[in-house]
Amino acid sequence: MELTLWTYEGPPHVGAMRIAASMEGLHYVLHAPQGDTYADLLFTMIERRDRRPPVTYTTFQARDLGGDTAELVKRSIQQAVDRFQPEALLVGESCTAELIQDQPGALAGGMNLGVPVVNLELPAYSKKENWGAAETLYQLCRTLLREQLPAPGTPRPSPDRWRAEGRRPRVNLLGPSLLGFRCRDDIKEIRGLLGEHGIDVNVVAPMGARPADLVRLPEADANVCLYPEVAGPLCSWLERQFGTPVVRTVPIGVGATRRFLAELSTVLDLEAPEANEADLRSRMPWYSRSVDSTYLTGKRVFIFADATHAIAAARIAADELGFTVVGLGTYSRELAREVRAAAKELGLEALITDDYLAVEKAMGEAAPELVLGTQMERHSAKRLGIPCAVISAPLHVQDVPARYAPQMGWEGANVIFDSWVHPLMMGLEEHLIGMFRHDFEFVEGHRSHLAEGAPPRQAAAHEPDVAAVAGSSMAAAANGTAAAGATATLAPPTVTEGTAVWSADGEAALRKIPFFVRGKVKTNTETFARDHGVAAITEEVLYDAKAHYSK
Amino acid sequence: MGSSALRPVKESADEARFPHSLPPDGLTRKGPTPVPMASTPTLPPLLRESGQREVFCGLTSIVWLHRRMPDAFFLVVGSRTCAHLVQSAAGVMIFAEPRFGTAILGERDLAGLADANEELDRVVNDLLERRPEIRTLFLVGSCPSEVIKLDLAKAAERINTRMRGRVRVVNYSGSGIETTFTQGEDGALSALVPLLPSSDENQLLLVGTLADGVEDRFLTLFERLGIGPVRSLPPRQSTALPAVGPGTKLLLAQPFLSDTVRALERRGATRLPSPYPLGVEGSRAWMAAAAAAFGVDPNLVAEVLDPLVERGRRALAPLRRQLEGKRLFLMPDSQLEIPLARFLSRECGMELVEVGTPYLDRPLMAEELALLPEGTQLSEGQDLERQLERVRAARPDLVVCGLGIANPLEAEGIATKWSIELVFSPIHGIDQAADLAELFARPLHRRQLLKWN
Ligand code: SF4
Ligand code: SF4
Repeated sequence: MELTLWTYEGPPHVGAMRIAASMEGLHYVLHAPQGDTYADLLFTMIERRDRRPPVTYTTFQARDLGGDTAELVKRSIQQAVDRFQPEALLVGESCTAELIQDQPGALAGGMNLGVPVVNLELPAYSKKENWGAAETLYQLCRTLLREQLPAPGTPRPSPDRWRAEGRRPRVNLLGPSLLGFRCRDDIKEIRGLLGEHGIDVNVVAPMGARPADLVRLPEADANVCLYPEVAGPLCSWLERQFGTPVVRTVPIGVGATRRFLAELSTVLDLEAPEANEADLRSRMPWYSRSVDSTYLTGKRVFIFADATHAIAAARIAADELGFTVVGLGTYSRELAREVRAAAKELGLEALITDDYLAVEKAMGEAAPELVLGTQMERHSAKRLGIPCAVISAPLHVQDVPARYAPQMGWEGANVIFDSWVHPLMMGLEEHLIGMFRHDFEFVEGHRSHLAEGAPPRQAAAHEPDVAAVAGSSMAAAANGTAAAGATATLAPPTVTEGTAVWSADGEAALRKIPFFVRGKVKTNTETFARDHGVAAITEEVLYDAKAHYSK
Repeated sequence: MGSSALRPVKESADEARFPHSLPPDGLTRKGPTPVPMASTPTLPPLLRESGQREVFCGLTSIVWLHRRMPDAFFLVVGSRTCAHLVQSAAGVMIFAEPRFGTAILGERDLAGLADANEELDRVVNDLLERRPEIRTLFLVGSCPSEVIKLDLAKAAERINTRMRGRVRVVNYSGSGIETTFTQGEDGALSALVPLLPSSDENQLLLVGTLADGVEDRFLTLFERLGIGPVRSLPPRQSTALPAVGPGTKLLLAQPFLSDTVRALERRGATRLPSPYPLGVEGSRAWMAAAAAAFGVDPNLVAEVLDPLVERGRRALAPLRRQLEGKRLFLMPDSQLEIPLARFLSRECGMELVEVGTPYLDRPLMAEELALLPEGTQLSEGQDLERQLERVRAARPDLVVCGLGIANPLEAEGIATKWSIELVFSPIHGIDQAADLAELFARPLHRRQLLKWN
């Protein structure tokens, strides 16, 4: 028994629902009590689906338990087949039905339904959602491909059979599903990327596939395992049974996309991609090299997500943005080994847990400047006052944006640059706003470009906006490195009663300091002067203070 | 908790027929509104269905109960599904230290009940150690815990003995095989009834969770009417339980509290029959029922309430214009469907296509049923696909339904209102009547606003 206040993953039958709802022509009969119908809202509300998932629940009640729940199961199955006329049927049970052991899958098997039936046995008390999704996809394909299994000893197909057959190479994209992070857009991005490289897509599954499409899976020259959480077991099985090679690099990030293309070209015996493709196709490499991004250097980032996105994020953070990864973890126990390995490369110990409070604790201890996580980490980070970008399921309605926002491929890298860097800037901005709150420029409505919002003597817009430069010079200033700079709007430094007196050269030096750090420098200097018993603040005192505080 | 099984159907369809009829309350009528009498429109036979239901289980009510009693913790003893249901229904991700959680049963717990009990004690210990501010711990049964017959009453007793004085442990079932959605509150409250102190004092007891603000408003009005003392179940502090006894008059704020009412009646309390406090008319009748029971001069009742009624109706008028003549289909979900249908038809002029309810407790609904318009089609239970076929055939202007169905119906061009919002929003009372109507007018209004050409 385990106390759970919140869970990253639902039960395994929700994983099965994700497969059913992602596909067309498939129906799922689920032996489950009425409350379990809540899962429909995951699809209709979070994904804004325009139809209910293709799931029939038996919704048995306590009073049915004394009687014949098996009859209820059979009735539900028959009605579902009659009404929805699926091409294939999934039959399974949720946690409660597992206990009463009606074995709905076996019942369905004996019913002569005239469609392939997949008996789903998803242990609800030991497994979770992603496992359930992977198992369902695997069992479904196994059932549908039973008749095509090559005889033992059949030679593996040659990787360049496409050449012999006088066609373009073709691959399956496996793993994208509803409630997966940005799958809808990733498919489009990867399909386009493959097209540019002369590779066709044979089948995308489960998203958008019909059972009849799954029957064509062996026609592909390779399987692309886009989301190992969902497609890992299927890809391995197809490799074992049909000898179809698997491309396992997940193309999230510039480097990963390049490695993905390289792996594809090796597997399919294609020409290697051009070395400068990334620079031509994605803005991210240049954006990250541009001077504005200097302030990203060494930013401490904490990562917690599903395994696919956590591993990818760690790599991007370290290699492509120059961040320092200070924490890496996942809730995907099935892929813990891979995450551990990725963490080790960064000199870290991976955090493998599904306890969000343990994640929050680790986050706090790592003292990051940016968190990349799930919606839950976004909330934890908010409590800790740390900016955060969401990079992984479990989904919130906000994670299904109206716009095109893939994570994979060249455009995915662009999206990632924007969505990780902006919260960081926002975080800095807030920090700056807090810091300058006591500056008169700020207090007097300095942040507004509107005439009525700006202080009277400074109504004209002549200085760069705080938000616009927060990324560069202001950030540097915030780090205490730019104490002197161009002369900005001058206002006489006011000498507060009871503090040290500013000498003329001290005041002059203070005026040369950009307005946005001037307040801080002034206070610091005055504090310094007081602490050191200095009565008059000269230019030298100001620089002494600066040296003192930059230690 | 066996008694709270999904209400078995007790009455025959013929009992749904009422011989007489009463014209609906004229909204233009001036002066004091009499307490509506339990009289009798003619209703077609009740449509009883026993197919697939699309409704949350009783665990869901934890979402509002834990907010009502900030010193209580709700520990579901169940599966990952139960944990996922509660967090999905609540849309919760924001709590650092939420006051509900799930003790998720593992394979070991299923193998032996002895272990399960030990494990539960361990989980409870850890929890209480970490959360010393918890005064009442609700152990909430689920389908899995019921099916493996994990005895939570025994567990509660055991922990109570150990924790004596520090925290009180109470148990009830929110399982989906026994309870729907709002029935979970019934379970929680009836579990509290045996703990209520006894008192013969004359008092009014409001039963059912109200939003704090709404409750304060009612308290003010009862005070103006000279009714008191007024207490509430559930109270705002789980330790401040109201007393109960022969002097206690029960006024039900929510219609889904069958077991609680019966338990309170066994403690000597008397239920005041009344419509529920939704809408101007229902809220006035509700307060007037209390006033009558406390011997308040009807003139004082009129003096206190009628200005509010006037104002309430004025506020309602523009919304009535939007809702009037619009056809409404209520799918069975929150158990509020019948009172809502009464309000929306009588005060907002909507036409009722079908009024579904998860179960029909006739004694608790008598005053509501009496106010429904002639010929209202009621349905009890559900057969989801067939009901959706009726929805499609009728093409109503608005469907009240659960979250799983709303977007699919919208995609078919049918406007919807989610019923779950009704249990989270302050909708009770005369002053809220317009807000309540607005919840239904908004989807219609929105459709008028949106243009794509
Ligand atoms: S219906 Fe039963 S198993 Fe499902 S969430 Fe509710 S209590 Fe848990
Ligand atoms: S542009 Fe100038 S006026 Fe506008 S906010 Fe920036 S500093 Fe102030």
